[in-house]
This record gives sequence, structure tokens and C-alpha cells, in this order.
Amino acid sequence: MASVTLEHVKKIYPGGVEAVKGIDLTIPNGSFTVLLGPSGCGKSTLLRMIAGLERISEGTCKIGDRIVNEIEPAERDIAMVFQNYALYPHMSVYDNMAYGLRNRGTPKDEIERRVREAATMLAITEYLDRKPRALSGGQRQRVAMGRAIVREPQVFLFDEPLSNLDAKLRISMRLEIRRLHNRLKATSIFVTHDQIEAMTLADQVVVMNSGRIEQVGRPTDVYRYPASKFVATFIGTPPMNLLPGRIISNDTVEIAGGKLPFDATRFAAEKGKDVEVGLRAEEIMYVPPAAASSGGLAFDPEFVEELGPNRLFHGTTGGIPIVVSLAASATSEPKKGAQLLAEQEAVHLFDPATGKSLRKSAR
Amino acid sequence: MVERSTLFSRVLPHAILLLGVFIVAFPVYLAIIASTHTAADIINGRFGLLPGGQAIENYSRILFKGTSGTTREPVLNMMLNSFAMATFIATGKILISILSAFAVVYFRFPFRRTIFWLIFITLMLPVEVRIYPTFKIVADLGLLDTYAGLTVPLIASATGTLLFRQFFMTVPDELLEASKIDGAGPMKFFWDTLLPLSLTTCAALFVIQFIYGWNQYLWPLLITTKDSMQTIVIGIKKMIVTQDALTEWQLAMATAVLAMLPPVAVVVIMQRLFVKGLVETEK
Repeated sequence: MASVTLEHVKKIYPGGVEAVKGIDLTIPNGSFTVLLGPSGCGKSTLLRMIAGLERISEGTCKIGDRIVNEIEPAERDIAMVFQNYALYPHMSVYDNMAYGLRNRGTPKDEIERRVREAATMLAITEYLDRKPRALSGGQRQRVAMGRAIVREPQVFLFDEPLSNLDAKLRISMRLEIRRLHNRLKATSIFVTHDQIEAMTLADQVVVMNSGRIEQVGRPTDVYRYPASKFVATFIGTPPMNLLPGRIISNDTVEIAGGKLPFDATRFAAEKGKDVEVGLRAEEIMYVPPAAASSGGLAFDPEFVEELGPNRLFHGTTGGIPIVVSLAASATSEPKKGAQLLAEQEAVHLFDPATGKSLRKSAR
Repeated sequence: MVERSTLFSRVLPHAILLLGVFIVAFPVYLAIIASTHTAADIINGRFGLLPGGQAIENYSRILFKGTSGTTREPVLNMMLNSFAMATFIATGKILISILSAFAVVYFRFPFRRTIFWLIFITLMLPVEVRIYPTFKIVADLGLLDTYAGLTVPLIASATGTLLFRQFFMTVPDELLEASKIDGAGPMKFFWDTLLPLSLTTCAALFVIQFIYGWNQYLWPLLITTKDSMQTIVIGIKKMIVTQDALTEWQLAMATAVLAMLPPVAVVVIMQRLFVKGLVETEK
């Protein structure tokens, strides 16, 4: 096991495209870190630089105490699981798993022991003699993980390993990866664009956008205390509502559709400043017109999305689109003149120019 | 597809197929029949569609002695020459083109693109076009009447390189990356992963190149002067063209039948792999 430390890592492709723009990140020993971001944000490139499949243009990458910039992938003591499994099609499952060990000159009985052990752990013992093409997607992915496990590496790297599986299998494999990590306690870095995978798997989520880190934190932190507009809209379904507003007193913000209180102890915003107000759909309270009092936002309904566990009311407030999420049990229908309320804890403020949160400290 | 099944629609396709088979197969049948009759029967047009009684005599004579006139070389020897030539060309071509395709696809070196296009351009220059300079070089190197002279100039061509290049491009990059992480160097990746995956492509190329080599006429005609270096295709030609003697048709036909056998054997043996190699999609 080892930690991974990135110091000002950059990737500049020939032609000047900067895919990764200076990343400082520490991945603690034994942690499960998820690199999350939309496609093209540089998360896979970053992972491939740690693996040694891409050259690091600037900065240093350390695994443990060793700077690995110039070290071959095989010597870095890592193992990687690929999105399309990348199993050797002409080799049996056993050989696929044993290949890397044979190349390192591991003794035969040691290989046998490790492969059997990993196969038992992954429940693929009965397929050891088969070729990968005779396996289903989920089984192939297990073999790919087995190939990584038998190497007993310092760091596991996962490059969107679940995105080729169907939805149901993805969920069960997700749990299995988590279970495996609990058991092996090996430092793992997992790349995905799926926020649910990130939330369920990670000890530490790294949200990336266009080559930069937007926020590093525990899954609940990035959901509850987004550090920027990007994180706020990327994490959570539906994305956080963003409404332009202006601070009118030291604890009230005015939005086109009305006024909301905010927690002045946590947000630093002087009177008269233009801000963007972030509201999670699930944290907005919907008050039907009959019960409406003063304050809050006026709601103009447009249509309803029935999702099963919850219902999404789409509409506008003061002409700006807003989504409100209600529990499935909520019987009220969206009506004009309804009122939207939010606790002051639910109100996030962002700087419209930089997109950064106006939160006073990191938490 | 034709859905309605009338008597007409069932019979017509078969009739056309049978006609096609007949057109292709009848001359071959005739050659086999002719090779079992005596010369006199053939010249006089007295042989019918049934085999005669001279089969063993004709074949053993042509295999081990040769004709009495134009070429006195035993056909067995010619067959060995042809077989050696075809095999050398096929294997040589596979070896060279798989390695050059490996270099072009997997290595970054200066002028990689230029080199690929130079290889590509040679497709436009088959032996027939560059025959004079090629002959000059082979002659200057003293390779006339040798197997090297017979085969090396035909090995150099781009078809195999292109075929392997296209195949290598379809091999997912992740396989290479997985090999790197598994600690396999470039040549180990080639041996352990690329070569096993290319086996069917190799088989397809072998069949094509073996037949190409076996059927060569112009090049062996130029490069060989000794009877002992003759290939069977040239042998047949020499048997048929005779100015002042009767063509020994029964022997020429026997030679033709014999000339057919090795390519047929190669196709039959490699057919399964060959078809797989051309159509296989799973990597």
C-alpha cells in the first residue's frame, strides 16, 4: 500500500492542448478516491499519467516516496482495470491473470496460489479454463479485476470499469468493488463520470472540470457544501437550481421571484452584491396557494415529471426556470400562486463572476 | 429474398448453378480424362468421356522422367521447385510484412508516415512494371538460377504489410497498455499477444501468397535458364509449344492435373482458418 501524491501535474499534448492544467492532490494510503467529472475534463488523462501510460509534461507524481515520472508502468507497482476489460482474447482466464506474474518471474506455485485465491474471491473459479469470449460482460470485468488483484499492487487504478455493463450489473459490481476494497484496503483511484458511482464508492471525491480540480472532499461534503457552481450543478439530480440575486440585507437575498434568508454566519457577502443563489430541488418546500404566507418565492408552474420515488415540478419564479422535487406521497398539484420556501441552511451563494462559492471557510 | 416457392423458383437457381459448375469443371474433367489415354488416341480424337488405361504409365513417366521432347526434366522436380518457391514467397512475405506492419503501427519514429506511404506506393509497382531494373539487380548479384533470385524480388511487396496494418489498427490500444502494465516489452507483446491474434490473418495471407507464388510465370521465365530450376507452370508451357514434334498431350494434361494439386491442398487445409481470417471480427 502507498499514498499517491501529485504536485503541480500538467499534461500538454503536442500542438499545445492542455488536458490537465496543474493538479495538486494527495491520495491517502488505503483510501478509495474517485475522480469525477464530465467527459473531456482530464480525469482519464490524469489516471493514465499515474499509470505511466501517458507522459507527465510538468510536475511530479509520487507513489509512496518514489517519484515515478520516468518509471515504466510495469515497475510502478500499480494495476489497472480498463473500461473495455482489455483481456487477452487468446488466453484462458487463468493465463490472463497469471501473465503479469509470469513476466515478473514469480514462482509457478506462487502464481497458482494467488490466481486461485483471487478467483475464489471473485467467484470465477469455474471459468478459469475458459477464453474471455465465452464469458459475459460482468464475468469479464471480474477477470479484469482478478488480473489486477493477483499482482498485489500498491495502487489500483480503475478507468470507468463499469460503464460497459448494463444498469443492473453496474449496481451489483459497484457494491462488489466496495466490498473488495474493504477487504483488501488497497489505495484505489477510480475514474467515472457517474456521480452515483462516485458518491457510493468514494472515501474522497475529486471533482474535475476542464483540466482543473473544482473540489476535493467526502461525498457528503461535495453534495452539501459545493465549492463552486460547477460542483453544485454536476452533483445531484436534478442539478441545483441557480437563480441570479442581490444581497439586500446582511441575511437576506433578493431574487426576481421574491426574497430568501441565508446563513450570514457561513456566507460572506456584503449588501448590494450581485450573487447567484443555489437551491437544491429536494430542499425547496412547496406551499400551495391556499396556505401561502408572505415571503419566499412565487412559483409559476409549467409541468410535472413523475419519477416514481419523487415528483419534479418544473416552473419559473420571476421568469427564471426552477425545479422543485416533492415526495411521491405529495398530493398537491402545481398551481399558480404557490409559494416556495427554503431553510437558510439550504441557500447557497456563488460569485457570479468566478463561479466560486461565497462560503467563508472550507466547511 | 424470394418468398414464393414455385417449381420454377426452386429449379432455376439450381439450373444456373449446375450450368456454372459444368462450365468450370468440364475442362478440368477433360484434362483428367486426357491424361489417362495414349498420345495416339488424343491426336486422332478417339478418346471419349471415359478414362483410358494409361493413367499409371503416363503419371509415373511424367513425374519421374519428363517428356521426350521439349523438356526432359521430371515433373516431380518442377513441382518441388514450384513448391519451394511458393512456400518461400508466402512465408517470407508474412515474416517481413508482419514485422514492418508492427513497426509502422506501434512505434513512433521519424518519418513513420513517409515510410508507410513509400510502402504503400510500391503497390502501384508490381514486378511486371519494374521488371527490367529488378532483373538487372538480381543478375548483378549473381542470383540467376537460384531460389533466392526466384523468390526475394517477389517477397518485396506491400499487400501483406497493408493487410497486417489494417488488422493491427483494429486491435484495441488497451491490450497494448495492459501488456505494458503486465511488464511485457514490445517484442514480448508481439509474441504473446499480437502474433496469436494474427494467426488467422497469417493463414489467409499464406493461402493467397502461396497461390500467387505457385502461379508465377513471367519472373521464373526470365530468371531461370537451367532445366533443373524450372517451375511447373513454365514446364507446362514448354510442353505445349513444340515446333517440330507432336505435342504429348497426355503428358501435358497429366502435368496440368499435378500442377493443380498443391494449391488445392493448401486451400483445403487452410480453408477454415482462411475464411475465419477474412471475416473474423471478434478481437
